[in-house]
Amino acid sequence: MNFDDTPQEAAFRAEARAWIAANAPKQYEEELRKSSLGGTVLKNVNILEVAKAWQKKKADAGWACLHWPKEYGGRGSSSIECVIWQQEEGPFGKLSGMFFIGHGMCGPTIMAFAGEAEKKKYLPPLASGEKVWCQLFSEPAGGSDIAGLRTRAEKRGDNWIINGQKIWTSGAHYSDYGILLTRTDPAVAKHKGLTMFFLDMKSPGVEIRPIKQASGASDFNEVYFADVTIPDSQRLGAVNDGWNVSLTTLMNERMSIGAGVSTGFPELFDFCNSLMLEDGPAIQDRSVRSRLANYAVKASGLKYTSMRAISALSNGERPGPENSIGKLVLGAMLQDIASYAMDLEGAAGALTSADEEIVNGQFQQMLLTSPSMRIAGGTDEILRNIIAERVLGLPGDIRVDKDVPFNKIPTKGR
Amino acid sequence: MNFDFSDEQKQMRDAARQSLAEKCPPKAVREVLDGKATHDKALWAGLAEMGFLGVAIPEEFGGAGAGHLELCVIAEEMGRALAPVRFSSTVYLAAEALLLAGSDAQKQKWLPKIAAGEAIGTLALFEGKGNPAPQGIKLQASGGTLNGVKKPVPDGAIADFAVVAARTGSTRRDADISLSLVDLKAGGVEARALTNIDPTHGQAELTFKNAKAEPLGAAGEGWGILTQVLDRAAVLMAFEQLGGSDRALEMGRDYALDRIAFGRPIGSFQAVKHILADMYVSATLARSNCYYSAWALSTNAADFPEAAAAARISATQAFQHCSKNNIQVHGGMGFTWESDCHIYYRRANATAVALGSLSYWERQLIDRMRKKNAA
Ligand SMILES: Cc1cc2nc3c(=O)[nH]c(=O)nc-3n(C[C@H](O)[C@H](O)[C@H](O)COP(=O)(O)OP(=O)(O)OC[C@H]3O[C@@H](n4cnc5c(N)ncnc54)[C@H](O)[C@@H]3O)c2cc1C
Repeated sequence: MNFDDTPQEAAFRAEARAWIAANAPKQYEEELRKSSLGGTVLKNVNILEVAKAWQKKKADAGWACLHWPKEYGGRGSSSIECVIWQQEEGPFGKLSGMFFIGHGMCGPTIMAFAGEAEKKKYLPPLASGEKVWCQLFSEPAGGSDIAGLRTRAEKRGDNWIINGQKIWTSGAHYSDYGILLTRTDPAVAKHKGLTMFFLDMKSPGVEIRPIKQASGASDFNEVYFADVTIPDSQRLGAVNDGWNVSLTTLMNERMSIGAGVSTGFPELFDFCNSLMLEDGPAIQDRSVRSRLANYAVKASGLKYTSMRAISALSNGERPGPENSIGKLVLGAMLQDIASYAMDLEGAAGALTSADEEIVNGQFQQMLLTSPSMRIAGGTDEILRNIIAERVLGLPGDIRVDKDVPFNKIPTKGR
Repeated sequence: MNFDFSDEQKQMRDAARQSLAEKCPPKAVREVLDGKATHDKALWAGLAEMGFLGVAIPEEFGGAGAGHLELCVIAEEMGRALAPVRFSSTVYLAAEALLLAGSDAQKQKWLPKIAAGEAIGTLALFEGKGNPAPQGIKLQASGGTLNGVKKPVPDGAIADFAVVAARTGSTRRDADISLSLVDLKAGGVEARALTNIDPTHGQAELTFKNAKAEPLGAAGEGWGILTQVLDRAAVLMAFEQLGGSDRALEMGRDYALDRIAFGRPIGSFQAVKHILADMYVSATLARSNCYYSAWALSTNAADFPEAAAAARISATQAFQHCSKNNIQVHGGMGFTWESDCHIYYRRANATAVALGSLSYWERQLIDRMRKKNAA
């Protein structure tokens, strides 16, 4: 066992570090470092503009989407080099949030299924952040049961005509393109009649309506399609093979969500170290120590679990299934830490107004955002199903609608 | 970077798993469980022959001179097989104390015997209820003799020698504690076996009446040495607990695939699947914490004390979680003496309080993290 870089890795790290030191937007470093729980925020500037500028700068110097081939805007780097880059980019990596879906999910899907001309045209501006992408999968009728979606695509000449509605589409309001999963054959079983496309979000007939979230912010949207035209050249994969195509996207989603996200433990530890309770410092309290220790070993367990995966990458192996636990542990932990910190604050724990709150309201923010971590990108329950079935080899759920033609599946009003 | 065991270490694990499967089948565990033997003597001899007892003991003292990473690998397999032998008391506690603080003569006397399977050693620390603390030690050392009572002492009734924590001053301070080495067969020590929740591992009360003892390490440094011994033992025990967790998870999974209820395998019910998925989660967190602590132990890293406490907590939680839910998945069968589920449950809960219980290690972890932060 060792944690040393190989000579090549060390050389790569030095190069990345030097470039970041010379080029990163240092004026935001402190603010980025501090903003962790409940989202990245920069006061006084538009974070989207700062993020786009940093992404473009990286792309121009060959530091964007490192593991993509050079001709598509990447660097042709190995997986371990990507990890090293992330480690070195540190707090500036938080600026990549808005590109997360595009780079992590849409890009790999385009790479795997689009034609050569499309890849050359669309991938480089996606890598450079000049174009932002979103993922249009979930619908009112199905998020976990994504194959139950209803948005129709009908062939007319060389084009497809789209009608229907998507929901929970993160970033649709600032996206230029999206990948879209549709139903092309309602007369066959639900997984067998889906087709994937990508489209220009400015296409006539696309309407985006923001949804106000439980946290108060509006990061996701409803997207309506009324006779939207998509050329057949923007189809991804074969007609009615959309389910298989979507698996590529979702696989990438589950691998990436949770990676590098704060566990909330360091913030809680700092908080408890300075908090005074009625009968003395919080950190001296037996029950506080016990709670802290429990979070600490989860946080370190997650950290070392991802290091095991990185180590496998470094040795040119595929990481094992361990990483599948990341988001499941993290979501529940963030939520729990938030309510525990508030508990320690007593009645004032409910306050969020700037002059009242004890620690910038970060735990209150975290409380309000954390429920989404347990839903987005596969709910906790779906993740447990996946671990049980794919890792432990237990039988799949009984699916009463599996072999029924989609248009014969009973619905409840929707 | 290679955050994994090496190929040779993995081969050693495979060899250990295979030989334990042959030499330590459930039947052998049950001999001890049912009180027909105090421990598995044939297995002990076999472990010595395979070189497992002296894995981390240097060659000059009769060991294999491999190292702690190798010992971690073996410990995991011992836990998986529920080996009813004196491995933890002899190898994690007694041998580590000798390695850390023994004089050359003391090492020469005992370490080769440990490696050869000819001596069982233990650590006599506790005196009744409570977690490790200098003020909890009342047993007196003076003029080369010990007087007092220790309990529980793991394997105390069958051990040949013990490292004993004794009081050499009258305050609550660390400096009033010293360690002694006692030949338990030389008279002056009375052993009484105690019953405990895990009959596959014996516990005893040792009464010292003017028992002859020689100092182990310098006078007044006992507490410091003891802390290091406990940290090392915590890592090794964590690997043992990890092996037990994994096996309990496997047993639960296998049973869920096999058992039919309501016309389908119980493993197809989500309530059961999710129990098993959560067992996988806790075992995986524990494994990652254990690996890091193994690295920290083998390299003497600055954050070893913190890593040891984290591994200990995480593995204790995982083993308790997996072993109790393994029973749940087995239904009524899980609550029979005949099924092996309860042996893992017993071992999980006995190892959880050995070496100091969870609340002790939680406190250690937070203290150590604060110390690191302050530095
Ligand atoms: C912040 C946020 C951002 C999102 N961004 C996007 C995006 O950009 N693009 C996109 O396409 N989607 C996005 N989503 C949607 C997300 O993927 C879905 O919300 C999620 O998959 C759950 O689907 P659902 O909302 O339909 O809930 P449902 O599937 O109706 O689930 C409701 C409850 O039933 C449980 N359940 C459902 N099926 C099962 C089952 N088989 N076994 C056990 N329990 C089950 C669920 O676990 C959950 O507790 C986002 C969601 C959130 C919260």
